[in-house]
Amino acid sequence: MLSYVLRRLAIAIPTLLLVSILVFSLLKFLPGDPAIALAGEERDPAVIEFLRQKYSLDQPLYVQYGKWLGGIVQGDFGLSIRTRLPIGEMIAQKLPVTIQLSVMAMILATLIGIPAGIIAALKRGTAADYGVSIIGLAGLSVPSFWLGIMLILLFAVTLGWFPSGGYVAFFDSPVDNLRHTLLPSLVLGTAAAAIVMRHTRSAMLQVLKQDYVRTARAKGLKERIVVVRHVLRNSLVPVVTMSTLHLGELLSGAVLTEQVFGIPGFGKMIVDGVFSRDYAVVQAVVLCSAALFLLMNLLADIAYVILSPRLRG
Amino acid sequence: MNTSNATLQLPGTSGTNKSVLSRCLRQPGVMIGGTIILLFVLVAVAAPLIAPYKPNTSDWMAIRQGPTVAHWFGTDDLGRDILTRIIYGTQASLLVGIVSVAIAIAIGVPLGMVAGYFGGIGDMVISRITDALLACPFLVLAIAFAAFLGASLENAMIAIGISAMPIFVRLTRGQVMTVKAEDYVDAARLLGVPHRKIMLTYILPNAMAPIIVQATITMATAVLAEASLAFLGLGQRPPSPSWGTMLDVARQFLTESPWMAIWPGVAIILLVMGFNLLGDGLNDALDPRRDD
Repeated sequence: MLSYVLRRLAIAIPTLLLVSILVFSLLKFLPGDPAIALAGEERDPAVIEFLRQKYSLDQPLYVQYGKWLGGIVQGDFGLSIRTRLPIGEMIAQKLPVTIQLSVMAMILATLIGIPAGIIAALKRGTAADYGVSIIGLAGLSVPSFWLGIMLILLFAVTLGWFPSGGYVAFFDSPVDNLRHTLLPSLVLGTAAAAIVMRHTRSAMLQVLKQDYVRTARAKGLKERIVVVRHVLRNSLVPVVTMSTLHLGELLSGAVLTEQVFGIPGFGKMIVDGVFSRDYAVVQAVVLCSAALFLLMNLLADIAYVILSPRLRG
Repeated sequence: MNTSNATLQLPGTSGTNKSVLSRCLRQPGVMIGGTIILLFVLVAVAAPLIAPYKPNTSDWMAIRQGPTVAHWFGTDDLGRDILTRIIYGTQASLLVGIVSVAIAIAIGVPLGMVAGYFGGIGDMVISRITDALLACPFLVLAIAFAAFLGASLENAMIAIGISAMPIFVRLTRGQVMTVKAEDYVDAARLLGVPHRKIMLTYILPNAMAPIIVQATITMATAVLAEASLAFLGLGQRPPSPSWGTMLDVARQFLTESPWMAIWPGVAIILLVMGFNLLGDGLNDALDPRRDD
């Protein structure tokens, strides 16, 4: 097991290094002098000179990259031009917000997606199956920011049950925190719920065809026991793996969801970075989200191995 | 659908080209999704004929007016007809969907073919870069590219196209490696057929089915991504109509003029659903393992 994890890590690290090269070379897309571009709205020559020094922009590319990467390895992502705060600190502050949203979104997605998938599979070809499939398709096709706007319109503007945006830290007021995060996590979890539903449905259909299910039925087990003990348990392996893989994509959704609900999370950080031409922030967010994604993949692999002992070998 | 039948022919599936086409057409997803997309294409092409107004003409007497007989979907903050702008917005959405997927295929498929066919160092380099790109969440990557390239419809297409490209590299590579192992490819090689010809006439057509399915599904992703980028101010520049930009503006007037927010979103869902349905349907029809 340990050697398996180490082997996966050995693959993930070169990938992350390549991502860093890619993110670094994004700077080369910028028109004109990168020091001036990095300074964004800031026109102060002292700031521009500071950036030139900081990123060694007068030196060859590989030196620039080496220094940049050296800083990042030590947690130094540079300074945000807009907030004048170290980017590493900003990430440490904002990432937990997004992680909370993502975890709540995944819980909602599981609570909705798995039962819906089970129903669709057990009632294959009936109205219930088609209904669930159509709702799932809609869930995959709806733009999250529009869904967010519609939920705000219904539950905040019209009914007044939830605030229309903003964020309260959990430790300041747990109740307010949940009131502020429930709608956003629902928005974030919608596409995930649709994906979980589809995987559950197709995995269940696969397992229902197996011989051991027929055997279980033939020996007179109650249908409920067959479904829960034999079908569901074996169907959940691919569902768990695929859902973990989807966690990385939640970051994409978080960008829009946090923008719509005005939540100061990791996703909104990239949007704010783009608007204030805070390119160092954009780079840091891309790099961090890739690192998170690779970590999720690793967790998915480990979950897969734990859940299906046959593969442990 | 204008896909030539020959490109859809799969070894191992019984039947002729005609049966592949009829199998596609028997899938409800293909029919419904195809119809939805066809309707949107017609709307985009015929926009000047069917739109009741000009997209950028303001009626200063009808600022943010709810739905009326004159303006079925109401008007926006500048007194422009929302229905008209949704009709014209179809053009931007479809254009981005098609062009960005074309970019992704034009770069991704040749790279995947080279990697899968020749293997070796080239394969390693291409595959590792693909892994690195796939490690970045799709929209985050597209936002980063769009931000560094600058906001415009063209740059949104490039950003989305590059972000969608790695999936085609990986898919094509896998397909080519499978097809390469077939006997008829060995036979062609023994007969001295040049690599280029083997790749283009022996391998590519037989590796095509999943690429077509992926292209359709990626169009759905691309339409959503374009709307998202426009919503964030990284797509179509105002005043040109785009569904995402319309929603961005509508959000600012949500309490007073909620109708502004409804229809652009419905348009996005319908178009994206059309591509998803078509993709699912083609997937079921072209999957050689499925023989029911």
